[in-house]
Amino acid sequence: MALAGLFLLTFLPLHLIINFMLLKSEPGPFNTAAHFMATFPVIRIMEIILFGAILIHVSWGILLQIQNWLARPVGYVRSNKSETSFFSRFMIWTGAIVLTFLILHWFNFYFIKIGLVAGNPEDFYSVVHNLFKIPAYDYIYLACFTLLGFHLFHAFYSAFQTLGLNHRLWNPVVKPIALFYAIIIPAGFAFISITLWLFR
Amino acid sequence: MKLTLKIWRQKNAKAKGNFETYKMDNVSPRMAFLEMLDALNKMLVEEDKDPVAFDHDCREGICGSCGMYINGHPHGPVPAITTCSLSMRYFKDGDTIWVEPWRAKPFPVIKDLIVDRSAFDKIQIAGGFISVNTGAAPEANSILVQKKKSDDAFDSAICIGCGACVAACKNASAMLFVSAKISQFALLPQGRIEAKDRVRAMVEKMDEVGFGNCSNTGACEAECPKEIKLVNIARLFREYYKAF
Repeated sequence: MALAGLFLLTFLPLHLIINFMLLKSEPGPFNTAAHFMATFPVIRIMEIILFGAILIHVSWGILLQIQNWLARPVGYVRSNKSETSFFSRFMIWTGAIVLTFLILHWFNFYFIKIGLVAGNPEDFYSVVHNLFKIPAYDYIYLACFTLLGFHLFHAFYSAFQTLGLNHRLWNPVVKPIALFYAIIIPAGFAFISITLWLFR
Repeated sequence: MKLTLKIWRQKNAKAKGNFETYKMDNVSPRMAFLEMLDALNKMLVEEDKDPVAFDHDCREGICGSCGMYINGHPHGPVPAITTCSLSMRYFKDGDTIWVEPWRAKPFPVIKDLIVDRSAFDKIQIAGGFISVNTGAAPEANSILVQKKKSDDAFDSAICIGCGACVAACKNASAMLFVSAKISQFALLPQGRIEAKDRVRAMVEKMDEVGFGNCSNTGACEAECPKEIKLVNIARLFREYYKAF
């Protein structure tokens, strides 16, 4: 689950870089990048690995969560006051919301690309611009990316622990890097959506 | 001090439990928490009522028997101590104290605040030992051990198996306990010989008896009365990956 999660962490910056092309006034660069992502054979192989990683990460996460619920059939009356990593308590819920958004995202883009949903797969630039003109979509988008940030913060340093990479030399830097990553990635996506929504 | 106690009462493993409220007057701040429960039990016995059953043995923080969940914390609100070392001076006059048993499927309630922690014994029996011939103690310096590793092994070995890590974890995971037991051997040359079999067997048993999974919340480390660290869990993972 940690390995699959780390792979997904590497994909997000790539997606963000491509999304920054949406800020250009002409659709060419973004549509070319989208076309390249849709047709280049190496990317197609990576796409299969990416879907595999999502499937493993989600199904493993659900399975572990069910086991965790079963491990405490009777809960405490006084809620737990232990000092814990705050976002770690809600991983299944932040993950579920991010997954719901991901499915919505596939309907808007990926399913058009593979022909399951009507739309022009050669002009995703216009699809994105039209979507961000809908305020409700922007609110959902921003809320989901905020929750993604919460999810990523715990996920980033938690993956190191699960892979056994907890070490006194790099422990002090893992959490700050996790925090930086969890802020900068969602902030980047949010910046693009707000710019397209309010200023284009 | 005047205190209100809300204590979980459950006749036996199959009975449905509930919280009973007890009013305590004249609780001295110099009392230990268990002494306060002794005073309560004396009062209950004098009233011809069933005393509160709770586990205890050494009463000096080394046996790990006295686990109970006090006001949302295993072993109470004070870090790095067991319930028996918890002084009543940490509570205020007029406080209401909620006392619950450990809650986890592998730790079923036997009576009131006593739970069956034999799930830990099963994990230990699966591999928490080194196989040596009995006889005279070997010469101490025949196998040299790096001081740092020796210290780390000792820090892991001080786990008293009280179950506070399981009680604190939102997933009822026993990872901190198992990782401490794995680490105390993994760090020493004597423990390396059976390291692969040990970690496989103990993790398999941990899953089999029904503990949850670690999601790295850190509650176990925060509540452990012996301050066992999360680095042990990372070591457990490394040992587990190496075992295949």
